[in-house]
Amino acid sequence: MNIIVFVKQVADTEARVQIAGDGTSIDTLDLNFILNPFDEFAVEEALRTAEKLGGEVTVISLGNESAAGVIRTALAMGADRGLLLKTGARCDDPLQVARALAAEIAGSGFDLAFFGKQAVGNDHGQVGILVAELIGVPGISMVSGLEVETGGIRGKREIEGGTESFECGLPAVVATQKGLNEPRYASLKGRMAAKKKTIEEKEVSLAEPLLEVESLNYPPQRERGRVLGEGAGAVPELVRCLREDAKVI
Amino acid sequence: MSINILVIAEFHRDSGFRKSVLEALGAARRLAAGAGGGEVSAVAAAEKVGDSAADLAAYGADKVLLAERPEFAVYSPGGFAAAAAAAVKKVKPAVVLVPGTALGRDLTPRLSARLGAPAATDCVGLEQDGDRIVAVRPAYTGKVQMRVGFKGSPAIICLRPNVFLPEKEDRSRSAETVSLGLELTEKDLALRITGTEKQVSDRPDVAEADLIISGGRGMREPEGFRLLEELSSALGAGIGASRAAVDAGWRPHGDQVGQTGKSVSPSLYVACGISGAVQHLAGMIGSKCIVAINKDPEAPIFKVANYGIVGDVYQVLPALIEELKKG
Ligand SMILES: Cc1cc2nc3c(=O)[nH]c(=O)nc-3n(C[C@H](O)[C@H](O)[C@H](O)COP(=O)(O)OP(=O)(O)OC[C@H]3O[C@@H](n4cnc5c(N)ncnc54)[C@H](O)[C@@H]3O)c2cc1C
Ligand SMILES: Nc1ncnc2c1ncn2[C@@H]1O[C@H](COP(=O)(O)O)[C@@H](O)[C@H]1O
Repeated sequence: MNIIVFVKQVADTEARVQIAGDGTSIDTLDLNFILNPFDEFAVEEALRTAEKLGGEVTVISLGNESAAGVIRTALAMGADRGLLLKTGARCDDPLQVARALAAEIAGSGFDLAFFGKQAVGNDHGQVGILVAELIGVPGISMVSGLEVETGGIRGKREIEGGTESFECGLPAVVATQKGLNEPRYASLKGRMAAKKKTIEEKEVSLAEPLLEVESLNYPPQRERGRVLGEGAGAVPELVRCLREDAKVI
Repeated sequence: MSINILVIAEFHRDSGFRKSVLEALGAARRLAAGAGGGEVSAVAAAEKVGDSAADLAAYGADKVLLAERPEFAVYSPGGFAAAAAAAVKKVKPAVVLVPGTALGRDLTPRLSARLGAPAATDCVGLEQDGDRIVAVRPAYTGKVQMRVGFKGSPAIICLRPNVFLPEKEDRSRSAETVSLGLELTEKDLALRITGTEKQVSDRPDVAEADLIISGGRGMREPEGFRLLEELSSALGAGIGASRAAVDAGWRPHGDQVGQTGKSVSPSLYVACGISGAVQHLAGMIGSKCIVAINKDPEAPIFKVANYGIVGDVYQVLPALIEELKKG
């Protein structure tokens, strides 16, 4: 199996987010970057598939120099090869990002390409399915269960209040949802081995964005509300507030 | 100036058009009014829509495009995308509004790729300057709001459920109904949905519920959620959970609210034994009214709650259930 997994570096969610001087991006100076949490499920599923059916796992990330860090993380988890698609451009438009990723793997003879459900931060939740559509192969979003065989895949995807079963042939694109697996931690041995693996680099240029960030603003602060009291004694006042003031019940 | 808008109308055999579809129609009507006129079309892919098509007119559609096929009894990702793309060809909208349901979120990138047009997901606001539209969407765990513009047409805008209001139902309205001729390719049907497994529950799903009762680690044990179920039944609410409660195995993944769970915007969100970590707030900060019940008066959830009670959920919740029963 020729397996590809796409990973993105994202700002650590604990971090304080500051809007940069240009008003359209966030200040990255003090930010700690991590592997997108949803991409951990993608890497794990790619590794399990290769372990079960044999094959090679290639990790690809599009971004600036520092995106090599998350490729290294995936290599430490056990992926075989890394590829950094280097660009200085902002990667805010999911369609242009997907076009660059699709160009890289279309015609490469891959069997399965794994994506996360969404990259936290921008939270588009689009790139995996965009890539599938652009190269014309089946793409399944929100995958929470997967069985891979040599001829095709079947599994489950999450919908409101339940799941849908799906099946299709290969090659295919899978965008992973939480619940699919428990991602492994990189072992010390894995981390040592990853240091020796080389990450291939390729310069790519992105087309002009069609979806354009016009501005970032801080949301209006929620006013601190009222603590109505302590314990069960405060309940009648709460119900009155919900009925008469907020009128929500 | 006038603007044509297309709404993706998700239809279910048993329940008809989803509430989020009516919300999208409402948003479409207001965009058309803001632009000084325009036509609102709705496209439905289904096995058979039948008389329900009149609902789309009653909530604001001027034109209804139907892609009815036997294989559309279940969701067909490629088939529905082809139907939406065919509808775009036909009505040439400047804006496509997609309800942010599971189906809508899956369809949005498919349509974007097929049309080579920009798409924004999880939109909670629309700003309009004539026919120029800017969509507002939360980003970075809700710590910022991102305003996005669209170069290229149509602008595909996927709307967060529960944020936009439907117009008032008007049964005197009617809509021209057109059948969409559709030629599906093998590729369109390569991905097959073979079945649906729904949890047997009459509770609304957390993503769409207008009232949500949510529990965290402070519920202490799975049994604790019994109380939440009782409370949610009393209100007709959906049940949510923090990641701590999901990771403990007390609730299914689908119930998780937050950055790695669902983003919700109900009228009422009751957080029980939830501390209010940023990743949890990311998913529920858009709620209109937030209630926090927590025994720690310093818990961060109180900073965003409209109403708070400091106390033990095992004392407060039974009292609350009793009080609601009094009616
Ligand atoms: C990348 C990433 C993504 C994440 N995504 C999410 C997400 O999507 N959703 C999410 O929720 N979290 C998410 N988290 C986890 C988040 O940081 C918190 O750990 C989690 O929200 C804590 O859940 P909790 O509030 O239930 O538990 P705790 O933080 O342990 O809080 C329990 C609260 O219950 C109160 N309590 C205890 N006993 C009682 C009682 N008897 N009566 C009343 N109150 C009581 C305590 O005072 C406390 O405030 C994420 C974390 C990371 C790093
Ligand atoms: N710059 C990128 N490089 C590699 N993969 C990416 C990039 N951006 C997004 N992806 C992949 O696409 C998924 C969905 O991203 P998004 O649509 O931006 O939320 C992510 O979980 C990644 O797997």
